[in-house]
Amino acid sequence: MKSGSNLERILESGRFSVTAEAGPPKGSSPKVIQRKGELLKLCCDALNVTDNQTAIVRMSSLSGCVLLKELGVEPVLQMVVRDRNRLSLQSDILGAAALGIRNVLCLSGDHQKFGNHPTAKGVYDIDSIQFIQMVKTMRDEHKFLNAEEISGDVPFFIGAAANPFADPFEFRVIRLAKKVSAGADFIQTQGIFDMAKFVEWMKMVRDRGLDEKTHILAGLIPIKSVGMARYMRSNVSGLSVPKEIVDRMADAKEPKEEGVKICLETIEQLKEVDGVHGVHIMAVAWEDIVPRIVEEAGLMPRPVV
Amino acid sequence: MITLEQKKFQEIEKMTKGYNPLLVLGCETCAAMSFAGGQQQVAELASAIRIARKTSGQEGEVLEDAVARQCEPEFVDLIADKVGGCDAVLSIACGAGVQLFAERFQDKVILPGCNTTFLGVTEELGVWSERCAGCGNCILDKTAGLCPIARCSKQLLNGPCGGSMNGKCEISKEVDCVWQLIIDRLTRLNRLEMLEEIFPVKDWSPAGHGGPRKMVREDLKS
Ligand code: SF4
Ligand code: SF4
Repeated sequence: MKSGSNLERILESGRFSVTAEAGPPKGSSPKVIQRKGELLKLCCDALNVTDNQTAIVRMSSLSGCVLLKELGVEPVLQMVVRDRNRLSLQSDILGAAALGIRNVLCLSGDHQKFGNHPTAKGVYDIDSIQFIQMVKTMRDEHKFLNAEEISGDVPFFIGAAANPFADPFEFRVIRLAKKVSAGADFIQTQGIFDMAKFVEWMKMVRDRGLDEKTHILAGLIPIKSVGMARYMRSNVSGLSVPKEIVDRMADAKEPKEEGVKICLETIEQLKEVDGVHGVHIMAVAWEDIVPRIVEEAGLMPRPVV
Repeated sequence: MITLEQKKFQEIEKMTKGYNPLLVLGCETCAAMSFAGGQQQVAELASAIRIARKTSGQEGEVLEDAVARQCEPEFVDLIADKVGGCDAVLSIACGAGVQLFAERFQDKVILPGCNTTFLGVTEELGVWSERCAGCGNCILDKTAGLCPIARCSKQLLNGPCGGSMNGKCEISKEVDCVWQLIIDRLTRLNRLEMLEEIFPVKDWSPAGHGGPRKMVREDLKS
């Protein structure tokens, strides 16, 4: 075991895993994260805590992780290179290890232009692939980026993101291969609406044997309304929402029910795709729906390994 | 070239207020190429200041001139007499020109008339875009001659990120994703395999993060 985390144990045992997302609040109350933790505790194997998602300032991901851990929920620490240089990333990794956090997701981060401090200076000292490699070296060789020794263990299960829907499509699998060779133990993908494209990407992933070297968790974003579907279709770079999905939402009498239905159908299809080892549900501002989705997808109870 | 644009007139008017005489001084190299500080732009700006002064009933003479390069002491010194007779100099040059002036004329007020924007190229008349961030350690041999430091919004060395769509960067549909361009070019050159290797972390110290930069060529020093 690299980290001994629950997520690692479940994935290594070959079981289909479920992770979800809990965004920290734009404020200092611990209650928001605690409520999400209690809500999602039984229906997922680990809970990602986002890191100033979409470049909007929120409570730090590390604090959110600690709050979850206190409730007995296993966190995945999301970290973006937008806001921290190599010194800060490494010190936060050590701190997270000391606090018993065992999963980390290494990301570039959305550009600061999108957020609520668009005039900020972005850091981008190292990129997400270099970050993955750095954490792996810290874990496996007990060495900092400058090759100095680290005292103590840095046991992390290292995650990365992959977006099969961004361009250029043919390069996406090469980028995944780079992340895997950098040290990504698991991958959480962008939300999937365009199943045909995802299936095609997964075939390229299998052709390179990458599904054997890393655990791919397929991303899901439950849609609440037609407005949300339309917004994602036209305004979110890196998301591919086919017109049929928007039409289904537009025609539905009960859009929320339709959103759940789409999500459940997607999970059913994903279960059949070779190389997919789990799902990652990103129900931004709709966390309440996650237990129901997991239940109805037949993924309850979560295994204890 | 170094690209620059003139500051907004209101800002110039405000910072030059009360200086008499004021010298508006252009630069015939990059500033002229940017259509910001050549002879003609200097003449236009000087007369705009004169008119503004007149309309608001202010006193004050406005002189104008231009040197070949404001970033070289020899050229700057040529104008010493004229500068000596002025209250302040409004430099229509890049930030380097402004500062060399400040160093050569210790007792003079020196004001920046331009914003220095970037190191770039003229795409067409009236359109310039950034190409180089002066990182001090060029990697263009590894990126098909296109710079991800100056042109990727996140300075990724192992791009493209998940926000690249239809050849455009996630920050705007108006901005090309340089990683898409790099991949296109390497594909044409049949060298795409170059990107399979992980690009190592960059040493940013020659890029200015190691403190202010200086270059010395002993062979050229007298
Ligand atoms: S790699 Fe550095 S020196 Fe070369 S073009 Fe880019 S910023 Fe300029
Ligand atoms: S979309 Fe392209 S240019 Fe923009 S940040 Fe991502 S890789 Fe860089």
